[in-house]
Amino acid sequence: MVSTEYLAVILGMGMVTFLPRWLPLVYLTKRSLPSWLVEWLDFIPAAILSAILLPALITDSATRSIELWRPEFIVAIPTFLFAILTKSLGGTVIVGMVLFGLAEKFLNI
Amino acid sequence: MSPMKSKKDNIRPGHRRTTFSRGVAAAWPICLGYLPIGLAFGVLAQKAGLSPLQIGLMSMFVFAGSSQFIAVSMLAAGASLFAIVATTFVVNLRHFLMSSALAVFLKNADPKKLTFFAYGVTDESFAVNLSKFRDSQWDLDSALVTNYTANFTWIITTVLGGIGGQFIPAHAFGIDYALIAMFICLLVFQLRGFIYVLTAAIAGICAVLLSMVIPGNSYIVIASMAAAAIGVVIKKKVGLGEER
Repeated sequence: MVSTEYLAVILGMGMVTFLPRWLPLVYLTKRSLPSWLVEWLDFIPAAILSAILLPALITDSATRSIELWRPEFIVAIPTFLFAILTKSLGGTVIVGMVLFGLAEKFLNI
Repeated sequence: MSPMKSKKDNIRPGHRRTTFSRGVAAAWPICLGYLPIGLAFGVLAQKAGLSPLQIGLMSMFVFAGSSQFIAVSMLAAGASLFAIVATTFVVNLRHFLMSSALAVFLKNADPKKLTFFAYGVTDESFAVNLSKFRDSQWDLDSALVTNYTANFTWIITTVLGGIGGQFIPAHAFGIDYALIAMFICLLVFQLRGFIYVLTAAIAGICAVLLSMVIPGNSYIVIASMAAAAIGVVIKKKVGLGEER
């Protein structure tokens, strides 16, 4: 059974998640954007991916402190090089997984 | 996607099949990455007292991993509806930036399709679709297929986790690293010149430093907005970044 309270929670969550996803797509696609905004948006993907990735690699999310030599970071170095050299998304995912699997097995984590 | 190029894209059934298979093919790294996370979420939600139906409904209505994890722990702690919804809003605000960046590639697209597309904008689908849109062989229909393939995987894996996730060996073969490896490669795709490398470095360092002082994940939005602004200023000042 699903209670009304629970439905209210997930509907509320759904609405506040959907709106920020939806507004820019319907609003910004209908008009021509000033060049500074297009230039700024052009930098957003590189910035946002790095802002998601680097803390995941070199910080401990529980204690919120820098911890450089985590397996996530050590494995990221060859994975990053592989991505630069091959530009292959599928290959990079597989290589990263295999190296991380090995790191977990042999680095005693 | 080069084998598809030779096919005549204006023949309807062939076009449809191409759109579908391209969309699914682009989604597989996302689906692989969702498998351990979805199962883990299901297990956690089940422990917090949610039924598989409740879990599936949340994954369907919300479809945003980190906020779902937070919501489940808040539910278990007896938090109020307002607190949960407000937290979800803040945690998912970063999608506003992602949709804005995607909008640049979707000028005058069908608003109905955009609405369905918006539902599926996640960190992962954003990164995959954006790099696909940039190489111009990508269209909104394929992007929709990618989003809904990922969405379907998320719903199924979270429900499976809720039914019996603790019996599935979800952490084998380094699968926990699938999404990180995917983000690494998609970041490499975005580094199209020195100024992008610089912007990414500034964003990453800002994010690390901010993550240590502000709770939650708003450091992602703040760091990337600031770094992109610095990127624009440097580009103006130095005249770098001609490569587009």
